[in-house]
Amino acid sequence: MSMQMLDDGNQLIFEGADWDYDKIKRAYDAIERIAFDEMGLDIYPNQIEVITAEQMLDAYSSIGMPLMYKHWSFGKHFAQDETLYRKGLRGLAYEIVINSSPCISYIMEENSMTMQTLVIAHAAFGHNHFFKNNNLFRQWTDAKGILDYLEFAKTFILKCEERYGHQAVERTLDAAHALMSHGVHRYPRKQPLDLREEQRREDERQEYNRKMYNDLWRTVPTKPGVKESVSAVESRKALLALPEENILYFLEKKAPRLHQWQREILRIVRRVAQYFYPQKQTKLMNEGCATYTHYYIMNRLHQKGLMSDGALLEFLHSHTSVVFQPNFDDPRFSGINPYAIGFAMMQDIERIATNPTDEDREWFPDYAGNGDAMGTLREAWANFRDESFVLQYLSPALMRKMRMFEVRNDASEPEMLVEAIHNERGYRKVRKALARQYDIGYLEPDIQILDVDLAGDRKLILQHRVINRVLLDESDARAVLRHIANLWGYEVMLVEVDATTEAVLKEHTVSASSLLLS
Amino acid sequence: MNIIDRRLNPKGKSLANRQRFLRRAKEQIVKAVRDSSGKRSIQDIENGDKISISTGGVREPTFHRSASGGLREHVVPGNKEFVEGDTIPRPEGGGGRGGSEGSPDGEGEDDFRFVLSREEFLDIFMEDLELPDLVKQKIKQTENYSLHRAGYSSSGSPSNLNLVRTMRNSLSRRIALRRPKPEEIERLEQEIAELEAGGTDDARLAELRGELERQLRRSKVIPYLDPVDVRYNRFERVPRPVAQAVMFCLMDVSGSMTEHMKDLAKRFFILLYLFLKRRYRHVDIVFIRHTHEAKEVDEETFFYSAETGGTVVSTALEEMRRIIADRYPEAEWNIYAAQASDGDNMSNDNAKSAALLENVILPMCQYFAYIEVSQDYEGGLGGALGSSLGRETDLWRTYKLVAKPGAPIAMRKVRTRREIFPVFRDLFSRENATA
Repeated sequence: MSMQMLDDGNQLIFEGADWDYDKIKRAYDAIERIAFDEMGLDIYPNQIEVITAEQMLDAYSSIGMPLMYKHWSFGKHFAQDETLYRKGLRGLAYEIVINSSPCISYIMEENSMTMQTLVIAHAAFGHNHFFKNNNLFRQWTDAKGILDYLEFAKTFILKCEERYGHQAVERTLDAAHALMSHGVHRYPRKQPLDLREEQRREDERQEYNRKMYNDLWRTVPTKPGVKESVSAVESRKALLALPEENILYFLEKKAPRLHQWQREILRIVRRVAQYFYPQKQTKLMNEGCATYTHYYIMNRLHQKGLMSDGALLEFLHSHTSVVFQPNFDDPRFSGINPYAIGFAMMQDIERIATNPTDEDREWFPDYAGNGDAMGTLREAWANFRDESFVLQYLSPALMRKMRMFEVRNDASEPEMLVEAIHNERGYRKVRKALARQYDIGYLEPDIQILDVDLAGDRKLILQHRVINRVLLDESDARAVLRHIANLWGYEVMLVEVDATTEAVLKEHTVSASSLLLS
Repeated sequence: MNIIDRRLNPKGKSLANRQRFLRRAKEQIVKAVRDSSGKRSIQDIENGDKISISTGGVREPTFHRSASGGLREHVVPGNKEFVEGDTIPRPEGGGGRGGSEGSPDGEGEDDFRFVLSREEFLDIFMEDLELPDLVKQKIKQTENYSLHRAGYSSSGSPSNLNLVRTMRNSLSRRIALRRPKPEEIERLEQEIAELEAGGTDDARLAELRGELERQLRRSKVIPYLDPVDVRYNRFERVPRPVAQAVMFCLMDVSGSMTEHMKDLAKRFFILLYLFLKRRYRHVDIVFIRHTHEAKEVDEETFFYSAETGGTVVSTALEEMRRIIADRYPEAEWNIYAAQASDGDNMSNDNAKSAALLENVILPMCQYFAYIEVSQDYEGGLGGALGSSLGRETDLWRTYKLVAKPGAPIAMRKVRTRREIFPVFRDLFSRENATA
């Protein structure tokens, strides 16, 4: 079927619920035209893979990656997902999409043709565009290299299991997983990331160190009687590159008693964490972008007479359930649905660009009424993350529509206080507070490695800068500290200090069980 | 765009992860299986099960802020009546209505349930009981053999000739070696006859005669049916377990039998059932409970109801005899019985029980196991009710008279769950069976 025919006649790309390759191909082509010609999307090449529900569960449980090293926690998540799915408590996601080049989208064989179309529009175009263009992804992930790297990681860990035993590898991985969210470099790097190249350079470095190592240097005497001075502390810290907030990185490089393979495992987990770091920060935007894209495309397909009314209704049914946002007092409420708010904000931007009110002109002089909704959206998708996006783009109109309000819950007060609501006085406060809800720097506790007592008992000292007097969950914190201690090989202390007053609020000390190193 | 069909890719990519998880959560799963086997009916035990374990042992800790204390701010949707400065009572739990600081990744202590496959369940169940190789120990028992089809062979008795297979081989050989078909020879002969009648084309006639001769020779050299084609059905003798067995569960349910004792008995019966199930195609279970009178009941009543009244063991044996006579002819059924009791019996019944057992029941039974359950020592009340602390019970003494060497009866005492399996193994290992 030629494109000409598609445009001319009342030619549906599919009828009925069943899908086949031919229909998918036709749907894909039609979607592609809309995505390129009308929306100006820019994507990685697409690879669409058909899988079964069971395989979807498999894919789920290894954090959505087609290749993953083996670990019990993935098995646990599988068991959980499977139970929920079998009980009918949770439907499967219709799709999984992987930030790689080519961009892999999974579609389930059980889906109807309408759903396949929706999934292709959503994942293969919406998410794909976002992955390729968003600044964070560009900076942090190597879409071309990730699958190769995971392949390497998988075989490496398998080999370690053979050589050093399941248990030793499992302990190391457990510890690394516990620190995953503290295994990320948060600041942009200079050069683009190339995982394979990186791997090669690291090997070279190790080899060089091995060749140049000379134990004699350790015995060079220092001047007698010189106490460790302030400057010595400073130089020690400089030597160890402290303070360091990437705990995994520090342990990988500096923990004295780790075996080489353990360092490599920490590194693998760190790489994976780094790979997912942008996803954590752009959930709202990523889903908003994909949802907006599929909504636009599906409606256009219908308008162009390529999709039947029935298919449109089927699509709308699933679309509305995805973007459903229960109110705070609804039993179904579990936080703000990223699909809902993301989609609402994208639509809001479109409205402001094409049909602004006076209020919008005042709030968003840059783009209100510029008539270029797609251009404005593409720019937002490229340059922001959730926090900054909310901070810049959340409009009073949308806050009113969603009836947002800010609640201040101070444990030292008897009751909670409504701090701000959706009115003239509250807009900026609500918006700022909501943005903060997406700020990963605020969501995750700020924990850094401060110092190592090298002259003494080699105790590792960490600090948690406490914001708003919210301390760490104690039992979990101790469990994580035990992991750190096992990796470090010596005692570990975590000090929780108030970020504003520097007052010490709490101290935890955990010593190594040395099981890891036995 | 590429579309790739991955549906035929191996499933169960997460199997290895699942195994790692099971290994990791072993302790809790073993406990869950143990609890679950107590709750389930005997016949159900063989199926897989949903097991719920607490996430405690398989937590994945991370640094995160505690759910309470401090100052938090939330933005939530759906304001209906609040204005700035309103106060809202704090909901229970202190997480704040916004709840976004809660535990999005299920860090809570909720149990979670998952399904163990039948194999996994049995493995763990058996492991809990330290199952030895039962089959090996019991294999010495008589077995019937049955013949099973096992492919074809090129030799055998004529009665086993497989005609279809033989003809198929013959046909393929004939095709492969190009044996002329009868029609072909007929056609040649006919053509020769026509030419001979016409008598014009001699060269052609000679050619045809030569061809006919060649074909006739060919069909002689390549026989229609050759010994190499012949195939016989092959049969193999397969040891077949004896077809059916019935298991009698006898239990004293008078007031002195505590839940703990019944639990021990149940576990013993479960083992017996699993064991029989593996050897026989069909296993029946008959539950007989007795106080001063005996009755056949269903499993539920058997294990979960208590009666009061005196204990007359012989009634149960009588009932068993009646049921055997009724429904389980000795010749067709392998009869097993297990009796669990705390050992109390009316003293005037002992002689009767012994006689009944020795003269009637034992001759019919493959095996009769008597286990005397008693209160767990650590169970607190232990001493008061436990009747096997040192002194021998009436029933024990009675049965001991019957348990002569060679008689298919064994008796053991069981106090704790730990002892069940060793006792079971002890009872059912051939060497010790009659000890």
